[in-house]
Amino acid sequence: MTSDLLVPALVSATTSATPLVLAAVGETVTERAGVLNLGVEGMMLVGAVAAFSVTALTGSDILGITAGALAGAALAALFAFLTLTLAANQVASGLAITIFGGGLSSLLGASFVGRRVAPLAHVHIPLLSNIPLLGPLLLRYDPLVYLSIAITGFIAWALHRTRAGLVLRAVGESDVSAYALGYNVLRIRFLAVLFGGALAGLAGAYLSLAATPMWMEGLTAGRGWIALALVVFGAWRPWRVLAGAYLFGAITVLQFYLQGAGFVAVPTQFLAMIPYLATIVVLTVISSGGARRRLRAPASLGNPFRATT
Amino acid sequence: MIKRRSLLAGGIALTASRARAAAPLKVAFVYTGPVADEGYTFQHDLARRTMQSHYGARVQSHFVENVGEGPDCERVLRQLASGGDDLIFSTSFGFMNSVIRVARQFPDVKFEQATGYKTAVNVAEYNLRFYEGRIVCGTLAGMLSKTGIGGYVAAYPIPEVIMGINAFTLAARKINPNFRVKVIYINSWIDPGREADAAKSLLDQGADILSDHMDSSATMQTAEARGVLAFGQSSDRAHVGPKAQLTAIIDNWTDYYIKRVGAALDGTWKTGNVWMGLKDGAVTLAPWGPGVTQAAAAAADKTKAGIIDGSLQIFAGPIKDQAGTLRVPAGQTMTDDQVLKMDWLVEGT
Repeated sequence: MTSDLLVPALVSATTSATPLVLAAVGETVTERAGVLNLGVEGMMLVGAVAAFSVTALTGSDILGITAGALAGAALAALFAFLTLTLAANQVASGLAITIFGGGLSSLLGASFVGRRVAPLAHVHIPLLSNIPLLGPLLLRYDPLVYLSIAITGFIAWALHRTRAGLVLRAVGESDVSAYALGYNVLRIRFLAVLFGGALAGLAGAYLSLAATPMWMEGLTAGRGWIALALVVFGAWRPWRVLAGAYLFGAITVLQFYLQGAGFVAVPTQFLAMIPYLATIVVLTVISSGGARRRLRAPASLGNPFRATT
Repeated sequence: MIKRRSLLAGGIALTASRARAAAPLKVAFVYTGPVADEGYTFQHDLARRTMQSHYGARVQSHFVENVGEGPDCERVLRQLASGGDDLIFSTSFGFMNSVIRVARQFPDVKFEQATGYKTAVNVAEYNLRFYEGRIVCGTLAGMLSKTGIGGYVAAYPIPEVIMGINAFTLAARKINPNFRVKVIYINSWIDPGREADAAKSLLDQGADILSDHMDSSATMQTAEARGVLAFGQSSDRAHVGPKAQLTAIIDNWTDYYIKRVGAALDGTWKTGNVWMGLKDGAVTLAPWGPGVTQAAAAAADKTKAGIIDGSLQIFAGPIKDQAGTLRVPAGQTMTDDQVLKMDWLVEGT
């Protein structure tokens, strides 16, 4: 691949990775609090349709993006009510949220199919954005790309360097101990689930407003599931999750460039499989032996918690 | 899934009433995608609605959307057949084997299978020569491309898709012998994000005209954003690409649905196997977009006329494949059967 292709390829990889970063970092926070929310795909879809419809109706990107995040959080609130308040099974509830979100988004979006909105404006810094290579590579994205990186940095810092982060991790590691220390486990988990939902909604908004400004049923095409895999892939650490998302985006885009370049020695089905294969390989490597001990999944992940005393 | 169940819940007790002459003919449609896909399934449902209003109260039609291929489809078909539907249209290639199996168990129910090749006493096949539209698109691409490179975002490497790519490429190379087509398979029918990524990578690699064989309008959207030209697929996408769209291949199933439902109504329905094209008005082309020059329009009209009167046979030899091997010798033309099984790409891709 020549360098005049490398820059557009990396730019495509970044836009392809951004919704994954948002959704996966959000889910990381949820899981670090000990809640496994498999409803990411559903929350993304609802976020995508909310963002698109609000932007289509009001013409405002900011309102659309906000609506996307709120819609994701609203669906997450339903999940939190089921699993935290009613202590329902998290896996079953998460799957239900995905199916429900898919149906709800189709219903809400039916009248918006085929409508157009202007794509999210890209940042353009005079002079700096025109620097060869670095300009297009770093300084010409839409604001959500930068926001996703900022959020990742903030979460990484907050989880490991602040008291709130320590409490959140404590709740995820041992809900009973955290409760004994006087922390309101359910409230902390509720907030973590809402945050994860808001970021999933934001990821959906990115798809329907920035990546492909349109609404159609099933717009997310399985990205919610990939985000879930990326959380494990990144070992519940925000920067690693981000790196995983970028790796995934790069592999996805790379296979298109290879195909376009007439690279036919490998069947295209195999190329399409590579991103998923890469996930499995890394998961296997990470999960083996000493690496597994260092992986440290939140110990209370998926456990329903009932305040008994 | 929830939707599908509620749709099906109503019809269980109706089998007994089927014999009553006064009851409307019940017609079911099974779709692989959502009716709101702006493409393939949308066009089927558009035809269903037109057919419904054509026959009014004599016909009662309904549909089941988002049906998965395999066991899912078989269950849906069986429920429809046992739920009192008299005529069932199954609209995806992947449903074919399920249709044949279910049809054997319900000899009184008539089945219609779109895009397949197996028939039975109560299973008819119908298909469109989508590739004829591709020939016209290829002609336009050959006339209008400056770089001589076309980009093609395709779903799966199956005969249905491959014959389209080949028809497009052969037609473009009749105009510009050096024309090349870069093909990317998404390995999915619908995934707007990856379609857009693929379209961008094709443009980055020199393509200035995009074609797609997908169910979303992401390729058209990318072309519009990048200021290049593109062709619509399955339905008119001018609202997505007002400047970009040169034309679109539009599937028109309406006439066939009206004819077949009419035959079922008056008792003349028989199995059959039809492959309809431009000539039958079943494949149509959207009005030329602003990017079509007069010369290109004239060439495209000539191609269209040639397809309709049969003087243009796109799969006439000599045709070489990608590796340069002669696949169709001069003087021979591929038969429909051979075209339907095409699994190799022509030279120039």
